[in-house]
Amino acid sequence: MNFLDFEKPIAELEGKIADLRHMSDGDGINIAEEVSRLQQKVERRIRETYAKLTPWQKTQVARHPDRPHCLDYIKALITEFMPLAGDRSFGEDSAVIGGIGRFKGRSVMVIGLEKGHDTESRVKHNFGMARPEGYRKARRLMEMADRFGLPILTLVDTAGAYPGVGAEERGQAEAIARSIEACLRVKVPLISVVIGEGGSGGAIALAAGNVIVMLEHSIYSVISPEGCASILWRSGDQAQSAAEALRLTAQDLKRLNVIDEIVPEPLGGAHRSRDAAMQAVGEAIERHLSQMVKEKPDVLRTRRREKFLAMGRNGLE
Amino acid sequence: MNWLTNFVRPKIQQLVRPREVPENLWDKCPACEHMIFHRELEKNLRVCPHCGHHMRLGLKARLELLFDGGAYKRIELPKVAEDPLKFKDLKTYQSRLKEARSKTGETDGIIVASGQINGQDVVVAAFDFSFMGGSMGMAVGEGLVAAAELSVVQDSPLLVIPASGGARMQEGILSLMQMARSTVAVERVKEHGLPYIVLLTDPTTGGVTASFAMLGDIQIAEPGALIGFAGARVIENTIREKLPEGFQSAEYLRDHGMVDMVVRRHDLKETLGRLLGLLRNRGPVGEVVTLPRRGAEADSAGRSKGAEILPPPAPDA
Ligand SMILES: [Zn+2]
Repeated sequence: MNFLDFEKPIAELEGKIADLRHMSDGDGINIAEEVSRLQQKVERRIRETYAKLTPWQKTQVARHPDRPHCLDYIKALITEFMPLAGDRSFGEDSAVIGGIGRFKGRSVMVIGLEKGHDTESRVKHNFGMARPEGYRKARRLMEMADRFGLPILTLVDTAGAYPGVGAEERGQAEAIARSIEACLRVKVPLISVVIGEGGSGGAIALAAGNVIVMLEHSIYSVISPEGCASILWRSGDQAQSAAEALRLTAQDLKRLNVIDEIVPEPLGGAHRSRDAAMQAVGEAIERHLSQMVKEKPDVLRTRRREKFLAMGRNGLE
Repeated sequence: MNWLTNFVRPKIQQLVRPREVPENLWDKCPACEHMIFHRELEKNLRVCPHCGHHMRLGLKARLELLFDGGAYKRIELPKVAEDPLKFKDLKTYQSRLKEARSKTGETDGIIVASGQINGQDVVVAAFDFSFMGGSMGMAVGEGLVAAAELSVVQDSPLLVIPASGGARMQEGILSLMQMARSTVAVERVKEHGLPYIVLLTDPTTGGVTASFAMLGDIQIAEPGALIGFAGARVIENTIREKLPEGFQSAEYLRDHGMVDMVVRRHDLKETLGRLLGLLRNRGPVGEVVTLPRRGAEADSAGRSKGAEILPPPAPDA
């Protein structure tokens, strides 16, 4: 288990419990009472810590390496998943996962950004930073979903679109723009879930949905706190202040009416109880989807567009 | 058309020219380093008479250049919630806004105007780079939405002229949402069968490029303009890749298939006029026109001497 800086006291307590258990092995000392007392203490500590996470701490939780990623969600929530590849003009980009599968019995198109979980998979998925091919593949799959009336589920988890020479050369900006356009053009339900990090244009390319759901400790921002700090504070050390100022937490975004729902995370964050977190997301998706499939295609598109047009007209409530 | 009835009372604004008093009577061309007398430079539309380098042109001078007789109607834009995040970095957003307003005499970074280009009605939305780097927040987004709606109501083509560093960070996620809002806006113009033309000027980067600015039916760029998604420094610093010669220039984008043409400032009006004419006044319709055979003479109706093929706009100097 990876612990974040602010989780140190929790890590120490859990270390103590492990030590006690180890000591008691075989010598018959009854430590059950002591262990359960410590466990209660750990739980209280976690609850207190996670109840008042700062925006910067949430940023770290959202990026936690043990947090379930796109492929974990697909494994947990989608059956008969058939991955589809390629943008049909240049290449395949594994930062973007896409494919058809069944969600609670219904055929759906799933498109998501995958960061990877170890060195090898992180390299394979380019740390979740998509190139133009990835966004063009996303657009292709959205158009296909539209043709077959398949609802679209998008899972957003990225630091942002990949900033490279090749990406610029092949039209990163245009690829993102067309992906946003596709989101706003389809007449099928489009549900977007920010499962970790919603990084700027690379995130909204997949997140212009009818419904935008965020996990409790996920973030969604126009720029990373580090990037914002280096521009506006002229110092990367001020990322903490930038995280506060940007209002990038799910709670702030809900108040701004930019997102529709916050899915609570299990105690101590999605990385502590991965399955519970993924199931909770599944339930939220099902709740929205079962309503949306009753709507007429034109209505779905019109409502999606009008939602974005109305967005921000009121400011913080 | 709620914004029309609620907010917009098209006002003819006299062409007051707050001629800025130049601090220096001579400007140095950043490309060839020649010293140019400021009047000569203004007269030449801020294009270096020695090397053809295009310097940034003020917003009002640009509108005067494009519209017939330099005359246009400015559209009053809807008011937006100001400083929705109560953002503060080293300075408050409020004070940055105040500064920009007193410097430019404008409320925010976009002007929407309607008028004629070569006798054809057109709605223009143009960014003001001198207002906080032309960054896109709620006000600019509303400007684009208003321009698109006006274009539909007036049945006029839409020309958007971005000059922007990207999203306005001080409006956080709401600035990111303008990528979706502006896309919805131009989508409507297209669905009404109206031409949507983008004229990319120096610089156009970030979230502006990655949304409406790359979605034009026709994409025009000014010579040498910087156009891209990620900033050159970001790419160099984080990826440690060497940037190629002319990277992210208008010509680079044209060579990589991202813009239709690079047009010198002196030829812009003529080019736009011709394009609008070709797209809007399509000539006789409703009859089957047989294509002329190679070398065939005019048919009995006198048609088809073959289309008159005009030379393409002069390539940039
Ligand atoms: Zn020069």
